[in-house]
Amino acid sequence: MKKGTDTVKRGLAQMLKGGVIMDVVNPEQAKIAEKMGAIAVMALERVPSDIRAEGGVARMSDPSMIRGIQKAVTIPVMAKCRIGHFVEAQVLETLGVDYVDESEVLTPADEKFHIAKSGFTVPFVCGAKNLGEALRRINEGAAMIRTKGEPGTGNIVEAVKHIRTMNSEIEVLVTLQKKKNSAGLKKLATEYRVPVELVLEVAKLGRLPVVNFAAGGIATPADAALCMQLGVDGVFVGSGIFKSGEPAKRAKAIVDAVAHFTDAKKIAEASEGLGVAMKGDEMSTLAVKMANRGN
Amino acid sequence: MKHLTIGILAFHGDVIEHKRATEQAAKKLRQKVTVIEVRTKEELSTIDALILPGGESPTLQKLCEREGMWCDIKKIPNIFGTCAGAIMLAKNIGNKSDGQKTLELMNIEIDRNAYGRQTDSFETKLMTALGEMDAVFIRAPRIKSIEKNVTILAENNDEIVACEQKTSTTFYLATCFHPELTTIRFHEYFLRNIL
Repeated sequence: MKKGTDTVKRGLAQMLKGGVIMDVVNPEQAKIAEKMGAIAVMALERVPSDIRAEGGVARMSDPSMIRGIQKAVTIPVMAKCRIGHFVEAQVLETLGVDYVDESEVLTPADEKFHIAKSGFTVPFVCGAKNLGEALRRINEGAAMIRTKGEPGTGNIVEAVKHIRTMNSEIEVLVTLQKKKNSAGLKKLATEYRVPVELVLEVAKLGRLPVVNFAAGGIATPADAALCMQLGVDGVFVGSGIFKSGEPAKRAKAIVDAVAHFTDAKKIAEASEGLGVAMKGDEMSTLAVKMANRGN
Repeated sequence: MKHLTIGILAFHGDVIEHKRATEQAAKKLRQKVTVIEVRTKEELSTIDALILPGGESPTLQKLCEREGMWCDIKKIPNIFGTCAGAIMLAKNIGNKSDGQKTLELMNIEIDRNAYGRQTDSFETKLMTALGEMDAVFIRAPRIKSIEKNVTILAENNDEIVACEQKTSTTFYLATCFHPELTTIRFHEYFLRNIL
């Protein structure tokens, strides 16, 4: 019997495909998320838009708060640690969280190194803006990838950019593979700073070897379905739900839109009468671009 | 030869993996099969058999209910459930979430998340009635007890992890692990039993 293998770590993410993972800051929100159909929750002290508004250093949440959320729901509970902060990750693993998000939403602890994730039993999800970043994280042991988007903005534009960037970069690999251009593939592996085997795997699969979700700026059912139609496996919704006028309704609507992401009629039904969406930000007004943290 | 339409409940979970395994199994058996993703009542009404994938059983239940297809699923004569799907098939469940229901089709009692959290998930070599295979258990349930008409197909450390229930008109197959990730033997077995 083996625990913490790649198959086991990547496997949980495979079961989450097609689902919505919601940021929650207390057990009550976690219960609402579960009731409305979230596939998992992300436990954190402040949602990204509050972190943005309040400033200061954002760190791993208080363990007692994470435990409270674990007690409140039966679906998987994820939690965030700072980029490179492997001791926060050790703490989260001890707490028994189901996934650790090494997240740019928190203030990075290390400007050079991400966590060496292969050594952990708990699986990790990491953000990426492009294929190179995604592959570096996978090479470090990430078992799931999500786009960075721009967290806490309620603005989908950056997530779309990151999904499209990754899709087109994967397409380049597939084309090189078809043309049997191994020199070109090797060159890209060097550029991405990852083993050529990993690049070849992506070229053959035509997709990342791990599950890839969208995150960062999803505020409406249509936003979520847009990301799904662009080819991601599922979505994270951070501030978009509990910073909106009617969180329970919006949570359910986003779950429904993702479950039926190709059915415009169903997305229309889900979008009706949801109250006020989070206000959101224009990219040019942001003091901090979280997506630029870690590379 | 009858052409079978197999549906996979596709709201979320490892749907693609089941699709691939079913298609490969059909090819091996030289059985004509169309595999479709099921998200609506209309799609459900076209199938001969249904696969309930891995995922989260309370979430799958909610989406089925919202779609008004919960009762219709109970009428499907052939169902194969893995992990969350096995939970959905069971008559009784332990460690359920608030308001959770099951289809109550199999005479089994099952415990959700029986091994603990994700750090307790594991893979192992498993001896089954279909031979030895790699089995992946992810936040897996455990079948606590079985009643009439249920046959055990696999045990792991004396715990039941796969079983079937066959009558003249129905065939239900449940595994606590995810054969769709490692083998096509359970999909082959399912197809053979519903032909």
